[in-house]
Amino acid sequence: MKKAINLNVNGVSHTDEVEPRMLLVHYLRDVLELTGTHVGCETSLCGACTVMLDGQAVKSCTVFAIQADGASVTTIEGLAKNGELHPVQEGFWEKHGLQCGYCTPGMIVSAAQLLDRNADPSREEICHGLEGNLCRCTGYQHIIEAVQYAAAKKAGQP
Amino acid sequence: MTNNYVGKRIKRTEDPRLIRGLAHYVDDISLPNTLHVAFVRSIYAHAKINSIDTSAALAAPGVVAVYTGKDVADKIGPVPCAGALPDLKVPDHRVLAKDKVYFVGHPVVAIVAKDRYAARDAVDLVMVDYEDLPVVTDVEAAAAGGPVIHDGFSDNIAYRLTSGEGDIDAAFAAAERTVKQRVLHKRLAPIAMEPRGVLARYFPGEEELTIWSSTQIPHLMRTQVALMIGIPENKLRVITPEVGGGFGSKLNVYSEEALLGWISMQLGKPVKWIETRRENIQATIHGRGQVGDIEVAFKNDGTVLGLRYSVFADMGAYHQLLTPAIPTLTGLMLSGAYKIPAIQMNITACFTNKMATDAYRGAGRPEATYVVERVFDLVAAELGMDPAEVRRKNFPAPSEFPFHTATGLDYDSGDYETALNKAQQIIDYAALREEQKKARAEGRLIGIGVSTYVEICALGPSQAMPAGGWESATVRIEPTGKVTVLTGASPHGQGQETSFAQIAADELGVNINDVTVIHGDTGVVQYGIGTFGSRATAVGGTAVYVAIQKLKEKAHKIATHMLQADATRVSFEGGKYSLQAAAAAAATGTSEPVVPVAEAPAAALPEPQTEGKTSLTIQDIALAAHIAKELPPDTEPGLSATYFFEPKNFTFPFGTHICVVEVDRDTGDIKFLRYVAVDDCGKVINPLLVDGQVHGGIVQSIGQAMYEEVVYDEQGQLITGTLMDYAVPRASHIPNFELDRTETPSPVNPLGVKGVGEAGTIGATPAIVGAIVDALAPFGVKHLDMPVKPEDVWRIISRG
Repeated sequence: MKKAINLNVNGVSHTDEVEPRMLLVHYLRDVLELTGTHVGCETSLCGACTVMLDGQAVKSCTVFAIQADGASVTTIEGLAKNGELHPVQEGFWEKHGLQCGYCTPGMIVSAAQLLDRNADPSREEICHGLEGNLCRCTGYQHIIEAVQYAAAKKAGQP
Repeated sequence: MTNNYVGKRIKRTEDPRLIRGLAHYVDDISLPNTLHVAFVRSIYAHAKINSIDTSAALAAPGVVAVYTGKDVADKIGPVPCAGALPDLKVPDHRVLAKDKVYFVGHPVVAIVAKDRYAARDAVDLVMVDYEDLPVVTDVEAAAAGGPVIHDGFSDNIAYRLTSGEGDIDAAFAAAERTVKQRVLHKRLAPIAMEPRGVLARYFPGEEELTIWSSTQIPHLMRTQVALMIGIPENKLRVITPEVGGGFGSKLNVYSEEALLGWISMQLGKPVKWIETRRENIQATIHGRGQVGDIEVAFKNDGTVLGLRYSVFADMGAYHQLLTPAIPTLTGLMLSGAYKIPAIQMNITACFTNKMATDAYRGAGRPEATYVVERVFDLVAAELGMDPAEVRRKNFPAPSEFPFHTATGLDYDSGDYETALNKAQQIIDYAALREEQKKARAEGRLIGIGVSTYVEICALGPSQAMPAGGWESATVRIEPTGKVTVLTGASPHGQGQETSFAQIAADELGVNINDVTVIHGDTGVVQYGIGTFGSRATAVGGTAVYVAIQKLKEKAHKIATHMLQADATRVSFEGGKYSLQAAAAAAATGTSEPVVPVAEAPAAALPEPQTEGKTSLTIQDIALAAHIAKELPPDTEPGLSATYFFEPKNFTFPFGTHICVVEVDRDTGDIKFLRYVAVDDCGKVINPLLVDGQVHGGIVQSIGQAMYEEVVYDEQGQLITGTLMDYAVPRASHIPNFELDRTETPSPVNPLGVKGVGEAGTIGATPAIVGAIVDALAPFGVKHLDMPVKPEDVWRIISRG
């Protein structure tokens, strides 16, 4: 039996009827057509599906859409504001923090949260903060540099 | 030609869509009324199918159709294998199991339903009555006899092959010393972050089928799937949208690609299947899977005389596209970066009740490099020599290139000692060895691993490839002056949209933002081969380069005509065809229009203004070529050129990796202290992208060396079926990489490039294992099997 849910996604309010077992990631992708959030493992181990749920980075492949009822969700599509890239997005571009790009949306959302919590993370803190996100292409070094770039950018350094 | 882009760290043009979540992978493409497919897969490694009851599944809500092996056996041809080896046994590999299942994950039934939840629900409603059969999982046991997996074959040996040159018996007879070592190359799962996925849509009126697939080889896949399902090849269009990584695992033609195409033709609706990660680890090809015995003959001064490598290669239950070919690549690269007068490789390739092995990043060459580099460490340990010095002693000199190996190859160019020197200098090798000595005296376990690898890239000459080793490009300049490049080398993260645009922009003297690189659509792009074997730039990039030269020949002819000049007096520089100084003076003196235009053009295109001009941009020429009113006689309108580049040889990139680790005495934990990589991939188009390839490759090596292993139990059950059990390296597992390069251009192609996609995965593994072995040398350790885990290390230390 379908249930009505109401969510704010990237600043836009949505009301939909969904099956109780529908995963949040499928709601975002199939119902709202926000396909930037990817599915990489269905077991919350790879982090490709990471979104911000009420300000917390979560794996949307293991959250039911109805659990997000009343919540505010930010996906990769919601990070850039007024056509301006988020500093983490900019860092990924500048530092070649992506190759195939599949892990990238989840990785960027996790990195954005990491910087929200710690504006000036050490290399170890960045690595720890990205433990929940797998990348098979980049070898992580450029991702770490991308996050360092974003931290400097947010701190107003050129 | 200008030099604004090639060789520079240019940010990728593909990135803005990817970092904003606006790119489209297969599952991001939605078509109305799409049906979803889910598979019932075998839970047994080897069993007879007595019966399949699909009635409950068919009656389930939302289910549209159910297909079993019997339904499709005479409709869809076998999954192809391109291996061509003498006396190769090729099992009949059907898209769905018919009478027997041969590995866990073997597809048995396809369920088609209105949404993916309904399809998945119905999987549980299918009743398959299996009857257990004896399971063969160990490759040596498979070779030794016992139960035969495939009916119609006398044993489980897929093929045997001996290769190599030189008198191997004489080498061992002349040896002052020999060393033997068994080495294991465990099965690895490629784990592209985007699992495989297929969307197929049949257009009954046009009798055309479009398949979107996450593949590295759209054109080869089109040819093979057309043959499998019996649709004319020119009625099948394959589109590879964004591809989320491949590493060889998508260099294949899979059951699901043909089956989805066929189902869409039956039902007249779009059908989609997106692989789950569990399916990905069960039923996407694995890599490696060799058990080998090394025997090396050498002199007391460290000169290596001969190498014998006898290997049992685990094919799995079936051959996928290149399964049997992979161990032969190991045989080709057994000379490494060294002069080894005699080499012999003996392959015994066997069937087991497991998923097929095939090309995984490096594809047979990491095995060879690991063997050769372990050999040099073993020789060094035996003689008490420094591992770097034993290597140096056996290098061919730069003057010896092209260098012929006892594996039958001719290495194009190389300067191995310079790369080794540079890496040693960066890490301050002598000081490091001193530091290690001091640390050992204090009871700390520090190890240094050296790998001076060479790899074979730019696959390859067609003579050496099962289905063509060339690559294609079309370059055209549109009437508005925009440049379109069509490449057959369809990428999956390598960044060809940027690197090929760099080549085109420089060669044509245009802004890189005016170049668009199109790939991965057989309806748009001329036939191509694909991206694998570190070939995209060396073969595909060269095709782009040569196509542009052809295009410029024509543009030059048009420019000469329009400028009313002698061809020899027009030169091309910075995107402009110009009269040379003397001719320019003469031209400005004349006021006569170059070409009188009798009538206004019918279309609203601007007219090229050539009157009194001493130069024309390539965009002017493109416009003139399309308007076609003032072309030289016998000149085709339009400005486009296509080139199919056939390389005359492979390329052989090389380098030195030095890894320093410290092992924790109490926990066995392995910590990286330094990692220096000096790679030589010939000329570099984009250093930023090359660094990224090297980093990624090394981390896959770290995975193989320290974490990754596909494990089946003796019943053939897959123990490492999720990312919980199959350990892929995470950010906290990596060292800070210190990269540098030497640059030895390849003479094989005009760009001088060699390839870099697999360097890290080939070069790094032995450096990492070598470092851990070296750290444990005080315990008498000379070799360790991958993945080397803290537990293994701890046991060695605890034993004392």
